[in-house]
Amino acid sequence: MATPHISRRLVESRRLVEVARTSPPLLCFPDPLPGEWARPLRDAGYDLFCVSGAVAAAAAERGGQEVWRGAVVCAIDDMTEAISLCRRLRRREEPVTPLLLIVGRHEIGELKLRNDLFDDFCVAPLHPGELSARVEHLFWRAGQVLDEKVIEHGPLVLNLETYQASIASRALDLTYMEYQLLRFLATHPGKVFTRDTLLNRVWGYEYYGGARTVDVHVRRLRAKLGEEHAHLIETVRSVGYRLAHGVGASAHRGADWEPVDGEDPLGTTRRSAG
Amino acid sequence: MRDQRDYVLRTVEERGIRFVQLWFTDVLGTPKAFHITPAELENALDEGMTFDGSSIDGFSRIQESDVLARPDADTFQLIPWHGHDEPVARVFCDIFNLDQTPFEGCPRHVLRRTLERARSAGYTFFAAPEVEYFCFADLEVDPSRPPRPIDSRSYFDLTGADRSSDLRRRTVLTLEEMGIPVEHAQHEDAPGQHEIDLRYTDALTMADTVMTIRLVVKELARQDGIHASFMPKPLAGVQGSGMHTHLSLWQGERNAFFEQNDPDGLSGVARHFMAGLLHHSREISAITNQWVNSYKRLVLGYEAPSHVSWARNNRSALVRVPVVKAGRPESTRIEYRAPDSACNPYLAFAVMLAAGLRGVEERYELGPEADASLYDLSPEELAARGVGSLPVSLNEAVDAMEQSKLLIETLGDHVFEWFLRNKRAEWAAYRAEVTPFELSRYLPVL
Repeated sequence: MATPHISRRLVESRRLVEVARTSPPLLCFPDPLPGEWARPLRDAGYDLFCVSGAVAAAAAERGGQEVWRGAVVCAIDDMTEAISLCRRLRRREEPVTPLLLIVGRHEIGELKLRNDLFDDFCVAPLHPGELSARVEHLFWRAGQVLDEKVIEHGPLVLNLETYQASIASRALDLTYMEYQLLRFLATHPGKVFTRDTLLNRVWGYEYYGGARTVDVHVRRLRAKLGEEHAHLIETVRSVGYRLAHGVGASAHRGADWEPVDGEDPLGTTRRSAG
Repeated sequence: MRDQRDYVLRTVEERGIRFVQLWFTDVLGTPKAFHITPAELENALDEGMTFDGSSIDGFSRIQESDVLARPDADTFQLIPWHGHDEPVARVFCDIFNLDQTPFEGCPRHVLRRTLERARSAGYTFFAAPEVEYFCFADLEVDPSRPPRPIDSRSYFDLTGADRSSDLRRRTVLTLEEMGIPVEHAQHEDAPGQHEIDLRYTDALTMADTVMTIRLVVKELARQDGIHASFMPKPLAGVQGSGMHTHLSLWQGERNAFFEQNDPDGLSGVARHFMAGLLHHSREISAITNQWVNSYKRLVLGYEAPSHVSWARNNRSALVRVPVVKAGRPESTRIEYRAPDSACNPYLAFAVMLAAGLRGVEERYELGPEADASLYDLSPEELAARGVGSLPVSLNEAVDAMEQSKLLIETLGDHVFEWFLRNKRAEWAAYRAEVTPFELSRYLPVL
């Protein structure tokens, strides 16, 4: 099972890099943000930009850093500076959101009448994972999910987070390997893979079925996709399989498209009782 | 393994699954199941479920009766007929001893072990069975009279005929929903008899599939008030229910049964494999045809094989080489026609593979093809041609099995010995019966 693990990690880390390159940093206070909080945020793929207060934030904005992805403000050591930073971030022409405020147990009272300054708060001490989980949830609520984790291809939707697949809004009940195969093909739409490649990349180990296992799983996937969508997985003669390129592929089957039962080694008509 | 486990747990949560059935099979091929809640599933996947095996046919041992059922997360699948409101899923289990070694009585292990042997010789083994069964009108079985087929020709009930094809269509759709591609399905020659032909898969998946099909067919029929049966010969005078199985060996992407330069397109491997099947067919009969009733199907006149022979397109032969469409050499395969639908598919696939492999290893010579229809030959003519016959009774089959080194090796001591004991007992019970045949034939005149 080594290969699928690795290939998935590669795919995901690539996506995170893209997010980091294209999305603005997360503003953090104080500078530096304590390591126990900074680490899980960085691990989750956020680019952090720490400031020492409202003035430093303003300076950074003047220096070209105009957009913030959101903010994590810790008010434990300096409540006054934290509140003034929050106020500054919220009074901009485009208020910074989401904004997560971290307070100590004794400062909870200070939140009164300041509900407009933050989107959510949490109380220290925090579990290391709580901070990034809360940030992620805030982004989710705001509709800006950091890592999409959903592959859409025409009527086919794969949610990598929940392992659920659907076709034309109908949930597909897949076995684990069927799901992995579909996911692999859907991650590389239009690209043709040989049976051996698929076996190595998706199964990653010598399976009882050998390379023909791929045919078997493709057939089972097509059966589950149903007649209407079975052609989403195309047989490329003498090569292997691919996910039909483009949604319109359903309308015109290319010359290299082979009927679903075309490659069946045991496929001639058989009949007889007894 | 971790990923598969997470996949299963997550799916259970996402789909709101209320129960998970852990399926396994006893030595005679009877499906068994535990039902567990999602809360217990994580533990079952990690550690397995301990249960007392002494109540399962073929699982009992003298010392330790507890065994462990470990789900094969690969086989996790929603069961469509439970509906979408309270979904139920199934997963097949392998049975282990408490010390985590494979339990010798588990049929899945027997097949895995044999597949492993094929693999070490460089082969993968594919199977595609044709599963036949009958649909009867009465859910309750009344042994005092023959069952009534739902679409019996003598009854010629139009609504009955509709019901039966409708049921078959729903059965096929349900199978496809479960990822079991059906090659085709049709009404068979006998009244109420149906056939579902499956597309090939590796033999382990196929054995699981046969177990699934039997359940799907029976369950959907039951919901319709119909009794579906895989009994090999439920009605005298018409054909029985066979499970002709198409077999092929592959080396990577190459069909090892195909040889371009051979006039018949058959490789040496294919010929040796066929010779192995024919040579050991009597020994493996008790497994491929495991019931007293199985031998009532293997009689002359109903397209079932009774002679040990092979032919290209002669359906009376035990091993048939189907004609391959031009340009489709990868379809090269052989068909073994003895098994019936009531066999244990794990053990049946294992012994068919073992017999064929033995032929390949020992380079058995394949005899000449049977040219005339064997049905037309007299016993003397058959003997003159050196054509042997399959056992005519369970008793004879068990005798042949008892002498077989191949079967001890393939099944392992535990299954081999238990099976012999069980089948001897079945034969003894049958022998003590006085049948309607005897009463009607002897009582009036003797």
